[in-house]
Amino acid sequence: MSSADLTSERDLPPEREATTRGDLVPERDGPRDTGMDDASLHRWLARTWRTPPGIIGALSSVDHKVIARRYLITAFLFLCLGGLNAVVMRIQLSGPQRGLIGPDLYNQLFTMHGVTMMFLFAVPIVQATGIYLVPLMVGTRNIAFPRLNAFSYWVYVSGGLFAWVSFALSMAPDVGWFAYVPLSGPEYGPGKRADVWAQMITYTEVSSLAVAVATIVTVLKQRAPGMSLDKIPLYVWALLVTSFVVVFAMPAVMITSTFLILDRLVGTHIFNPAEGGDALLFQHLFWFFGHPEVYIIFLPATGMVSAIIPAFARRPAFGHLGLVLSLIAVGFLSFGLWVHHMFATGLPKLGASFFTASSMLIAIPNGVQIFCWLATLWDGRPVIRTPLLFVLGFFFTFVIGGLTGVMLASVPLDLQVHDTYFVVAHFHYVLIGGSVFPLLGAAYFWFPKITGRMMSERLGRWHFWLAMIGFNAAFFPMHIVGLWGMPRRVYTYPAELGWGNINLFISAGAVLFFLSFVLFAFNLVHGALRGAPAGDNPWDAGTLEWATSSPPPSYNFARIPVVTNVEPLWAEREALAVATGLRVDARELIISTVAEAHPDIREKSATPSIWPLLAAIAVGGTFLYSIFTPWAIVWGAAPIAITLIGWFWPKGDPEDEE
Amino acid sequence: MNQRPALDISDLPTFGHGPRSPTWWGTLGFMALEGTGFALAAGAYLYLATLWPNWRLSAPEPNHWPGTIVTLLLIVSLVPNHILNGYAKQCAIGPVRIGMVVMSLLGIAPLIVRWFEFPALNIYWDTNAYGSMLWVLLGLHSTHLITDVGDTIVLTVLMFTRHGYSGRRFGDVGDNVFYWDFVVLTWIPIYLLIYWVPRLG
Ligand code: HEM
Ligand SMILES: [Cu+2]
Repeated sequence: MSSADLTSERDLPPEREATTRGDLVPERDGPRDTGMDDASLHRWLARTWRTPPGIIGALSSVDHKVIARRYLITAFLFLCLGGLNAVVMRIQLSGPQRGLIGPDLYNQLFTMHGVTMMFLFAVPIVQATGIYLVPLMVGTRNIAFPRLNAFSYWVYVSGGLFAWVSFALSMAPDVGWFAYVPLSGPEYGPGKRADVWAQMITYTEVSSLAVAVATIVTVLKQRAPGMSLDKIPLYVWALLVTSFVVVFAMPAVMITSTFLILDRLVGTHIFNPAEGGDALLFQHLFWFFGHPEVYIIFLPATGMVSAIIPAFARRPAFGHLGLVLSLIAVGFLSFGLWVHHMFATGLPKLGASFFTASSMLIAIPNGVQIFCWLATLWDGRPVIRTPLLFVLGFFFTFVIGGLTGVMLASVPLDLQVHDTYFVVAHFHYVLIGGSVFPLLGAAYFWFPKITGRMMSERLGRWHFWLAMIGFNAAFFPMHIVGLWGMPRRVYTYPAELGWGNINLFISAGAVLFFLSFVLFAFNLVHGALRGAPAGDNPWDAGTLEWATSSPPPSYNFARIPVVTNVEPLWAEREALAVATGLRVDARELIISTVAEAHPDIREKSATPSIWPLLAAIAVGGTFLYSIFTPWAIVWGAAPIAITLIGWFWPKGDPEDEE
Repeated sequence: MNQRPALDISDLPTFGHGPRSPTWWGTLGFMALEGTGFALAAGAYLYLATLWPNWRLSAPEPNHWPGTIVTLLLIVSLVPNHILNGYAKQCAIGPVRIGMVVMSLLGIAPLIVRWFEFPALNIYWDTNAYGSMLWVLLGLHSTHLITDVGDTIVLTVLMFTRHGYSGRRFGDVGDNVFYWDFVVLTWIPIYLLIYWVPRLG
């Protein structure tokens, strides 16, 4: 389709007299960008889209880039905290019968490590990357529902603070990251520790769900004119599928944690077999979320890989359609696998076989993706830079993790190694190989866009090799010690078992791996302060985020691009086709149709507001209070209602009215 | 990067109803996730019901009448709800104001009856798991009912201010209509589950 088609009469929405029909105040029109020179356009848009100055201004920001930056930094801090947990555990385990840490603290350590990594690092950081990139990649000026997005960040931060303050008070959950009943139930989990687990889940899931809905609507309704479904970048597809998985998976864990807190707090018996409940129900509900969770972390990473590889292979991705279909297939299949986490619970045999088969089935779309990536590299002229190095590291690591995964999908083997270090090794290969390595590659790849400066390539290579060696040294031997029978979640082991040397080696690897992140952090700071200026498009990549300056202005694009190709910047090298006619004195953006992305409405995007923060405080306070008394829900309702009314009540800006 | 104007969108309208508007899609997204929550809670109920052969665990039968009245009220409310939707599409402020007042009242009415529904379950949440699940299901739906009625009342007030005369507000009314349909529709399976499914076997 050529861009001329877009302006043809057939494609334009039918004439409508929307503004003159019915009881409407006639629209106050403002200046448009049509024919405006670049300097005045910039002046207008910068004033309209800016985040107000001052503390209150900063706290009111609804700019997706500002929120995403906060998310990224916060999630990185949580990664460091979770990593410190791990290092402390590894020091304790580096030799037999070390007395550094007792069992009670150790229980809190591995639980905090697990929940921090899963709920405060992995999911938020992939969503945050999407909050930053998706609006830029689809060529719009802000995420859909910008205030909801701001709200989600504040709720996420309160959840993280809540968990870590509890840890500082020795009140952290100590029941493992999945908090099985009856251990976490009212009978065996006295005190507030399991309640902290349950409510920190509620905070983080509210936040993820909000981001997922905002992302879906951004992708479906705010794409630049002409970006029909077949021209959506693969990374955006990955985030779209992930967001759908979030929408259908996360409610399960909220239901689980709510049921748990009801059992603990008001004496319901949902998980209590003595009174007609059932403990396995907890596991079903949890893993109905828990398995898709792995894909919530992994799918965006595949999207990053699909963005990085074409840029460095210097050709569009091989098998674009195949890659999209695999993403969708993985999204669906991820819901058919949860029971493989419960093979050791004695399920009916036929059921178990079904879940073994579907666990192996998911290897097919994943295989298709890997094949398409390799073909892209094979056919291209690959330029090896740090982002691509991490992608290669991802291939290597993830394939090992996938292999042990297929092994674990067979019930007899799973029964043998269940709850041993073999499983710990497997899921770190999948999580770190499948998600952290692509994320690191993505950090090097998009850092120039976010900061306007390059990270050091030399330090990047050091970082890569340190991470690869440290990671494999730490986690590969865990397979072996797991097969020897070392159980997970033990704070020590006797010397006679002969596990001392290998554990010392593992711990050394873990420290090395941790140091690689210190080097990474240094490279980030160094790059932000001293890095070479990046320019708009340092990698000469083809998607829209590279069409604007680095870092992008508050309004993202001076004019909304008109898209005719999956790699728009490669298709039109001299000049980017753009749309004109938007108002510049109000936050206008284009709403387009779902499939074809025909421009349909000039919609106003929300202005900055402090109310999302106040609403998050009201909601967060209610959650916190609710671990002490169920009446919190009643007392919290009033402040929540007030802040929500403040949020939605129009203030008379042009953005509120039309 | 250089730019080349290729498309003029200055004549596009500034708001749209239904699936044309992003808010409609956002509402649909929230319905999808809340609907999943409902489905999982119902699934948990059925899971326990099939697990225990003597389900209802020798508890007394609930009195279905308050629940049945709520059901009838909710179904009846769908009619003015959709009439209201038509007026919102025409951006007719007078009828929309009346419609919003009617819908606020039709939201409050089932809430009042709902108050009597809890004791009519004839069991407490902490008696056994059957009682727990009934209270959970009814509580889950009541939360939706309360929030949507609150939302409707605020929007009604808003429609009586000068902010009411805007396309965006009429769009909000349309989305409110849409969400009310969801609140009514999710009630039907829960109603059957609480009052009628245990009588089957
Ligand atoms: C510095 C890197 C890391 C090291 C050295 C490390 C080490 C460990 C160790 C030793 C355990 C087992 C503790 C035990 O069972 O006694 C563990 C558990 C776990 N790790 Fe990591 N880990 C690292 C990074 C990560 C990352 C990036 C993630 C997720 C994205 C992650 C997720 C988990 C989870 C979910 C558990 C299970 C917690 C539980 O048993 O409840 N880890 N980690
Ligand atoms: Cu799984």
